[in-house]
Amino acid sequence: MTTIAELPPGFVDKVLSAQSTFRSVMDAMARPGSVQRIVPMAGAPATMMRGTAAIALTLFDHDTPLWLDARMSESSDVTKWLKFHTGAPVVQDSSIASFALISDGATLPSLERFALGTNEYPDRSTTVILQVDGLDTGRSFELRGPGIDGVTMLQASIRPFDLFERLRMNETLFPRGIDLVLVADDAVVAIPRTTRVESKES
Amino acid sequence: MNAPAYNFAYLDEQTKRMIRRAILKAIAIPGYQVPFASREMPMPYGWGTGGVQVTAAILGPQDVLKVIDQGSDDTTNAISIRKFFAKTAGVATTTATEEATVIQTRHRIPETALHANQVLVYQVPIPEPLRFLEPRETETRRMHALAEYGLMHVKLYEDIARFGHIATAYAYPVKVNARYVMDPSPTPKFDNPKMDHSPALQLFGAGREKRIYAIPPYTKVVSLDFEDHPFEPYRFNAPCALCAAENSYLDEIVTDDKGGRMFVCSDTDYCEGRQAAGHHGSLSAAPYKEKAGSHG
Repeated sequence: MTTIAELPPGFVDKVLSAQSTFRSVMDAMARPGSVQRIVPMAGAPATMMRGTAAIALTLFDHDTPLWLDARMSESSDVTKWLKFHTGAPVVQDSSIASFALISDGATLPSLERFALGTNEYPDRSTTVILQVDGLDTGRSFELRGPGIDGVTMLQASIRPFDLFERLRMNETLFPRGIDLVLVADDAVVAIPRTTRVESKES
Repeated sequence: MNAPAYNFAYLDEQTKRMIRRAILKAIAIPGYQVPFASREMPMPYGWGTGGVQVTAAILGPQDVLKVIDQGSDDTTNAISIRKFFAKTAGVATTTATEEATVIQTRHRIPETALHANQVLVYQVPIPEPLRFLEPRETETRRMHALAEYGLMHVKLYEDIARFGHIATAYAYPVKVNARYVMDPSPTPKFDNPKMDHSPALQLFGAGREKRIYAIPPYTKVVSLDFEDHPFEPYRFNAPCALCAAENSYLDEIVTDDKGGRMFVCSDTDYCEGRQAAGHHGSLSAAPYKEKAGSHG
């Protein structure tokens, strides 16, 4: 049993750390494919990367239902840490989640099971935060769309292998859709619903 | 001294989180107006409470803030907002466009080209471009959902039928990323082309109407028009009377009660920069002439 005193700590400076983390995430969302660094450090429970922990402390609160993948929801360290530091309710129904935390990409459920928003309120959709192995090595992808001057390249080691094929549903769903945030340790890349991703690999 | 201790940049952290989440969705859905729980600010609606809340949510201690009102750094609104953030966030402020990392604006886009490390925050009075055509929010929301923008084209066409040209001169509607029709806030249509493919992130905040929307960098922004009546940015055909600029947006200033008037750059930083670089207009202020005389 973990007691509150044994939980990994949150930000040292709540206000300025959250601001700095938000600017990294905002820049990532505004410039899809660009790798942004999260500077402020907080403690993170096992299975949660420090970048993910910083994003959680920055964006989650009682207004944001969370959906956790099996590995995270089964870890009492994770659920206690989230509850103590953010107060965000963990929900079983992924279709009402503001954020989804995925530590093991292999178990990513079908993206249709998350909130896609409505045509009237496309903003009422789940932001999926997916932890990946690396954002500087691995397969190459070509990204196009708003926030990108022509085309940009992304190298990423990600699971599931067919992530970006699955994300193609964003093309036909727009303005509904899923916004994706990839985290590898302290590196963050965002793939909003407007970004078109093509694998460059042979 | 018993001054109340405000949080950094005035807003409490829960409010900032809520606004930050709205900003992220706004960037992900370019041109779509994200509803947010706008707070009361220590200034009245209409004085930029939406822009101030967006700025407060993104501002950090490393930022350099510039605030302009109709292009000017020196009006009451611009000065009071600049002082507000200098006091509540302790950030550095500037009037130089290229030095700023965050620029809050009312009704203008700076003449100096923006760069990728800048965020432009617009103060927006009426975010809904269709509002004066359809007063019901339920209807305009459905029209956006269906991308049903015929009404807006009818409005522009009626301009042509009545005046022979599109008479809309400010808040000229644009289409963002070929999907949402968006109100660029009451900027003169002269500024519309600057929104297209801008390297800077553009954020829009409407405090009274409780909406946040965005144009990500390098996003296609097209001013609505017709093939036979293409969009034309309007500019009064005269050089600036102070710096002789031929390509800047001009303000008309009445100088006496006998019909005298002068046209000067609305962007004060741009105009001062040009004057400092030696450009002089027909009505350049005396100090510059004296200076030039004493040196020559």
